[in-house]
Amino acid sequence: MAASNSNDAFVEFERVQKSYDGETLVVKDLNLTMPKGEFLTMLGPSGSGKTTCLMMLAGFETATHGDIRLGGISINNIPPHKRGIGMVFQNYALFPHMTIAENLSFPLEVRKLGKSEREEKVKRALDMVEMGAFGGRRPAQLSGGQQQRVALARALVFEPELVLMDEPLGALDKQLREKMQFEITHLAHNLGITVVYVTHDQTEALTMSDRVAVFNDGVIQQLAPPDQLYESPDNSFVAQFIGENNTLEGQVKEIANGIAVVQLDDGELIDCKPVNVDKPGERTRVSIRPERVEYNKDRLSDGAHTLKAEVLEFIYMGDIFRTRLRVAGNDEFIIKTRNAPDQVRLQPGQQIEIGWLPEDCRALDA
Amino acid sequence: MSDITQSGPVLAADGKPLKHSLNRALRRQKMRAMALILPLLAFVLLTFIVPIGQMLFRSVQNDIVQNTLPQTVIAIQDWDATSGEAPDEAAFAALAADFKIAVENKTHTRVGSRLNYETPGISSLFRKAGRKAKRWDLETDGPFKEQFLDIDEDWGDPAIWRTIQKFSPPVTSGYFLNAADMQLGDDGVEFRPENQQIYITLFKRTLFMSLVIMGACILLGYPVAWLLANLPSAKANVLLILVLLPFWTSLLVRTSAWKVMLQQQGVINDTLVWLGLVADESRLVMINNQFGTIVAMTHILLPFMILPMYSVMQTIPPSYLRAAKSLGATNWTAFWRVYFPQSVPGIGAGSILVFILAIGYYITPELVGGTKGVFISNRIAFHISSSLNWGLAAALGTILLVAVLILYWAYDKIVGIDNVKLG
Repeated sequence: MAASNSNDAFVEFERVQKSYDGETLVVKDLNLTMPKGEFLTMLGPSGSGKTTCLMMLAGFETATHGDIRLGGISINNIPPHKRGIGMVFQNYALFPHMTIAENLSFPLEVRKLGKSEREEKVKRALDMVEMGAFGGRRPAQLSGGQQQRVALARALVFEPELVLMDEPLGALDKQLREKMQFEITHLAHNLGITVVYVTHDQTEALTMSDRVAVFNDGVIQQLAPPDQLYESPDNSFVAQFIGENNTLEGQVKEIANGIAVVQLDDGELIDCKPVNVDKPGERTRVSIRPERVEYNKDRLSDGAHTLKAEVLEFIYMGDIFRTRLRVAGNDEFIIKTRNAPDQVRLQPGQQIEIGWLPEDCRALDA
Repeated sequence: MSDITQSGPVLAADGKPLKHSLNRALRRQKMRAMALILPLLAFVLLTFIVPIGQMLFRSVQNDIVQNTLPQTVIAIQDWDATSGEAPDEAAFAALAADFKIAVENKTHTRVGSRLNYETPGISSLFRKAGRKAKRWDLETDGPFKEQFLDIDEDWGDPAIWRTIQKFSPPVTSGYFLNAADMQLGDDGVEFRPENQQIYITLFKRTLFMSLVIMGACILLGYPVAWLLANLPSAKANVLLILVLLPFWTSLLVRTSAWKVMLQQQGVINDTLVWLGLVADESRLVMINNQFGTIVAMTHILLPFMILPMYSVMQTIPPSYLRAAKSLGATNWTAFWRVYFPQSVPGIGAGSILVFILAIGYYITPELVGGTKGVFISNRIAFHISSSLNWGLAAALGTILLVAVLILYWAYDKIVGIDNVKLG
């Protein structure tokens, strides 16, 4: 993937700020560069500024400060209808008084294409999303998933190079959502279009994107490919927001050779990878993924630090076991283990020792 | 589980047909629902359906002649109306006998007034004859033809007798013909003389002005409804209060306010004269004509247009306009191709409401309409309360009702009534 190649920047945000009331900034100093063909997801809790960014890119909101460029040209003063950006809306926004074919034909009509050319493109776009037989229907006669496909086809029918999607799968049920996630990614890659995708669902972000921009409080907290984001979060917000995460609070004792020794609040010592702590004495929040915690002593490496833990709850979830522990005073410490034939099923009340590799345990900002 | 392959009606667990069981289960519910709406049903029946039925009946009812002059009606049954001569003594004797009873019951003047609608002058003939007839002795005072001619020579005029004969049946089309500026002449139905034709003009004017008022309401109301639906809610609420304010003010006050505004010595004329736009001696005539009625009624009916439009526009999400623009439509195209078609049901609902209210409007045209700006309803009111020709008023009302129903039907055919939404 040409993810980090920033020489041929296609979409650029440069020092973009946005304020609605002149008192608070919804988007604070946003810098972002996207190459052509990338699938970038803006992920964040509601109110984090991700949708505002999308709307500024689409032209429905104006940036209070800064420059937004598309293909090297500043688009700050170009009205939305001249930007040529395809957009899929949260509730699809299919025009209810037009048939599916008319909906798709609309962007071609306003571009003054001939009738035969319009019909051909509409047909091709509908076939692309496997909706070829539904051209004569009204949006209300389609199911949610079908409407979603039509909305996608309508955003693509005029062959835009950039497509924006604002939580397009939010209204679908889980199974359909997962199916559409793959379809959208495949379609985007096959057509070679650039996609900016907004969602608050982190699974969606991880499975679909080339890169994910995690938004919080108007700032991009981390911009990285999904695996990096998950495995090496830059700060505790990202660690908390992406996936499930255990945190233990403590103080940095010493940092040496890329290993930080952290004294937890109950006095125990653990080895961590220092991420954004740099000197002893600092408060820190240590983050460990539930599936990286090991309680089978045989599998732990020699000399690894271990902690005492008490099993509070064991939940059988089919493919995995989910066990809640009390670790260093934290009652919400979760571990996940694969349901393998040799796996031990822990009993509530059992006393065990847990451990992990130092690089899986990240000392982040408090 | 019942057998899926069975062919007869589906059976319930106890072997009876399922439909039967279902009906029984629902009957209680239906009865309770009926009991709940019964008071309303009775109210509507008594205050709406029955009066309308009465009006429809009254517009053709004509048993007064037969009831008051029964012997005369029989006596002139065979009289040849085209003979050019008054009927013979037998008819006059019968009339005298009828008069004798009618005068005692004081009903002769009523027949007089009724027939006077058809042939002016009959009323006074009847009153004069009534005074004499009181003292007649039916056995000795004949022959009555001379007696009647003594009272007034017009009793010899065949036209009077023709009218009595023509309106002797208990049902008449006379009121409807009258309401359409027509009459039952000697050669059948014919138009009244030009100088007596008023109703067709009034109907046309009522329709035309109602359409103008409806159009004005659409043009003025649409942007307001748009603003209401698209402003932030705090501002929209203030605006909504301004829209509803007229509802909280008496209709008479509002109409009188327009009098103050529009009259020749009124606010608008004074301002124009003060600004020098209009000379003092040529002040604009803006009231007691069609203009005044249109302005005042547009103002009064505007909320009825705005509210349905607003409630429909509120349901159109702003994302449609955004979607249209993102697809490349200019602001105007996005509005016209995407927003406007979705707001049509609101326009339809508002238009029907305003048009039907306007077509039967009475107070405002009465106060600001003068002679050129009055509606058919003012004429109906005149016949109800001043000329007391209720039959004609009923006929005019019936025509108005039918006209509205026809327009409603036409609207359903053209736009479709299911395309009307109040929200």
